[in-house]
Amino acid sequence: MDLALIFMVLMGVSVLAYVVLDGYDLGVGMLMPAASAAEQSVMVSSIGPFWDANETWLVLGVGILLIAFPRAHGVVLGALYLPVVAMLVGLMFRGVAFEFRMKALGWHRELWNWLFWAGSFLASFSQGLMLGRYITGFEQGFGYLLFAMVVGASVCGGYVLLGATWLVFKTEGELQRKALAWARWGLVWVALGVGLVSLATPLVSETVRAKWFDFPRTLALLALPAACLWAGFVVWRSTGRIARGEGGRDWQPFAASVAIFSISFLGLAYSLFPYVVIDKLTIWEAAAHPSSLKVVLAGALVVLPFIVAYTAVSYRVFRGKARAGLYD
Amino acid sequence: MDDPLLLARAQFGLNIAFHILFPSLTIALAWILLGFRVAYHRTRDAGWLRTYKLWTKIFALTFAMGVVTGIVMSFQFGTNWPGYMNSVGAIAGPLLGYEVLTAFFLEATFLGVMLFGMNRVPAWAHIGATALVALGTSLSAFWILALNSWMQTPAGHMLDGGQWIARDWLEVIFNPSFPYRFTHMMIASGLTAAFVVSGLSAWRLLRAASDETARRTLRVGVLLAAVLAPVQTVVGDFHGLNTLEHQPAKIAAMEAIWHTESGVPLVLFAIPNEKTRTNDYAIELPYVASLILRHDPGATLQGLDAFGDDHPPVAPVFYAFRIMVGLGMAMIALSWFAAWATRRSRAPSRPLLWSLAAFTFSGWVATLSGWIVTEIGRQPWLVHGVLRTREAVGEITGAQLGVSLTGYVLTYAAMFVAYMVVLTHLAGEGAEAASAKSVPGASAAGAAAD
Ligand code: HDD
Ligand code: HEM
Ligand code: HEM
Repeated sequence: MDLALIFMVLMGVSVLAYVVLDGYDLGVGMLMPAASAAEQSVMVSSIGPFWDANETWLVLGVGILLIAFPRAHGVVLGALYLPVVAMLVGLMFRGVAFEFRMKALGWHRELWNWLFWAGSFLASFSQGLMLGRYITGFEQGFGYLLFAMVVGASVCGGYVLLGATWLVFKTEGELQRKALAWARWGLVWVALGVGLVSLATPLVSETVRAKWFDFPRTLALLALPAACLWAGFVVWRSTGRIARGEGGRDWQPFAASVAIFSISFLGLAYSLFPYVVIDKLTIWEAAAHPSSLKVVLAGALVVLPFIVAYTAVSYRVFRGKARAGLYD
Repeated sequence: MDDPLLLARAQFGLNIAFHILFPSLTIALAWILLGFRVAYHRTRDAGWLRTYKLWTKIFALTFAMGVVTGIVMSFQFGTNWPGYMNSVGAIAGPLLGYEVLTAFFLEATFLGVMLFGMNRVPAWAHIGATALVALGTSLSAFWILALNSWMQTPAGHMLDGGQWIARDWLEVIFNPSFPYRFTHMMIASGLTAAFVVSGLSAWRLLRAASDETARRTLRVGVLLAAVLAPVQTVVGDFHGLNTLEHQPAKIAAMEAIWHTESGVPLVLFAIPNEKTRTNDYAIELPYVASLILRHDPGATLQGLDAFGDDHPPVAPVFYAFRIMVGLGMAMIALSWFAAWATRRSRAPSRPLLWSLAAFTFSGWVATLSGWIVTEIGRQPWLVHGVLRTREAVGEITGAQLGVSLTGYVLTYAAMFVAYMVVLTHLAGEGAEAASAKSVPGASAAGAAAD
């Protein structure tokens, strides 16, 4: 049994869970300024019961990095020190803005709405920046920085897509109609971002290029971009159908957006494997002492099913369309 | 000023000190809320419902502050103390991991149901969710204190190729100081919550004396404090004896005992002087330190000179310890007097209300002082006898630490001001609702607005 491999999969699953789950609530946060005050209340209600648990996946992801790959944790978070601090500051403002905006009145409420937006944006952008720096192996230089900024912008676009399609799923009427339009904008943005990253990553990294341009494997690998394109098409088609009232299902755009993220994530994972720090540190070199990995694995195997089960319970309790007035 | 060790310590200390304010309130407040919730379920009294809803809002706010500052903590371990993870990561890692797996997900998920699900799930499920949130916060304290106690009094570990690993997990978790530290911290949380509850209720009564629900919660807080404060003193005493056994240098610093001698006096107050290694302006009770720590007035106690340079700085530990114990004594006096003064639902006098209001955040001050004793008292060790703080510091440059430290200070200041503004606002809002209410039949509906 290869413990390092198992923990890489666990870490991947928690990071993907984080990106998808917190992605939709960060996306809703970034969309706040585009909505009216009444709509903002509904938007906040649609994510209120979930955001805290969503962020816990980040704690688990970074926890696994710390526990299972301690050497990589120091290198990765050391190299990304400032964007990490920016992300944390963003997440802090946004997390408390949530509570504060519900309790504040007048301009105070406006201020917290603004901080909610700004915090969501700062956190999303920094995450993209971190991703951009990470996949280029933390190379220094203007070109790399520019690339990281572009990835930052695309992650924002991706989260807007997730947030908008979440709203399509959880709201109705005028707000849902607006969300349908936002979703399409997000989709265009994501397409640009995913396209750019897919083109640029092989250019900046020898390792990645060798992995993708290796016939005949390349042909099989084409399934990934094809699936991604198809998921994008589903988002476009289903948002159109719902907008025209042709009986599209309102969960479809969200599900397809999650698929876009999952497929892109798989592609990235394939590019990077078996490195935790690209070209520098493999998962086996970075892995912690087996005794500690075994204890954590035993706990994780027992507890994770429970976490999944009660997460499902919570989504079931809050099923259906969201309404303003969370505390009622 | 760009010494990375100093900055890393300052940053870690600031972050954890800010973080602990909120858990120390939420851990016990969660159980108190469960009490309010069950009381409402049993009595169907709208007053309990109003109480539950008001305090749920305060809880939610505090919890959110705890969560977001806690997320910062989880990033700090690796970035500021890589040497720590390289050396004892195989022990610290699993303990932190179990905290995430068993506590954080539990509390974060059921918090949603607890806060927003009252009308969506049956009463038993809502009570259950409230109980699970309370269980989650306490479990989280369990794991993190297991780790912290292990750093103070390591046990059950062994060396394997330059890394410390666990030989026996039960010994690691239930290390010698864990039972004391866990009990002491849980009671500290209980006292913090009790004084916040009675303090804010007193604040509301000062503005609207007729507020029935505030009078009731004041009594709840006062009684809780009256029970816990004396227990805390006893537990603290045992805690100190345990520390004497395992970390004698810390005790010598707490009591400012510079030289090993017998029949040691208890220093009530002094200004410890690191240069002359004596106490200036000391007020002492002869033989009492020996009596308390060894239960024998003539007993010998090790002084700081017994440890060479391997002892913590004396002044912060000495002062912080006196602040904590002083507040502990004041808490007993105030809570007992208040319990007596409000017996058989007598109305509390205004001076008493003012005193309770002044003590609202006394728990925070005592808790922070206690942690300063514990953490600075452990220096120069990070893990006592195993790893020195100096060996654990990272490669983050002073400049980067400077930027991030500034960012955190500004963020925390803003968050803290906002928290206090909303807290006073919520306390006042309750009072206004109560004075506006007096109309019979005006039910909980008013209190439920978003
Ligand atoms: C004695 C209690 C205690 C202590 C010493 C600490 N914490 Fe804490 N922490 C809690 C008690 C707690 C809690 C009660 O469980 C919190 C506070 C409010 C909350 O939401 O959960 C929490 C929240 C919390 C969270 C957010 C959890 C979530 O997403 O729900 C993280 C990541 C941490 N903490 C991490 C830490 C770390 C790395 C610490 C040590 C250096 C630490 N905490 C000290
Ligand atoms: C919860 C309340 C806590 C408070 C208020 C607190 C406070 C502090 C302070 C003030 C320092 C700086 C001491 C110095 O530099 O002289 C410190 C250091 C430290 N503490 Fe704590 N601490 C707390 C809990 C914990 C816990 C639970 C852990 C670990 C599980 C921990 C781990 C550390 C570490 C690794 C250091 C770094 C060593 C150092 O800076 O000297 N602390 N803490
Ligand atoms: C009144 C008598 C008290 C005594 C004799 C006492 C004793 C002690 C001792 C000896 C320590 C240091 C343990 C060590 O690190 O070795 C400690 C730590 C601490 N105290 Fe107290 N204490 C008292 C009251 C309080 C009160 C009222 C609070 C808070 C409401 C409090 C909160 C803490 C905390 C949070 C710590 C650090 C965590 C720990 O080590 O348990 N204490 N106390």
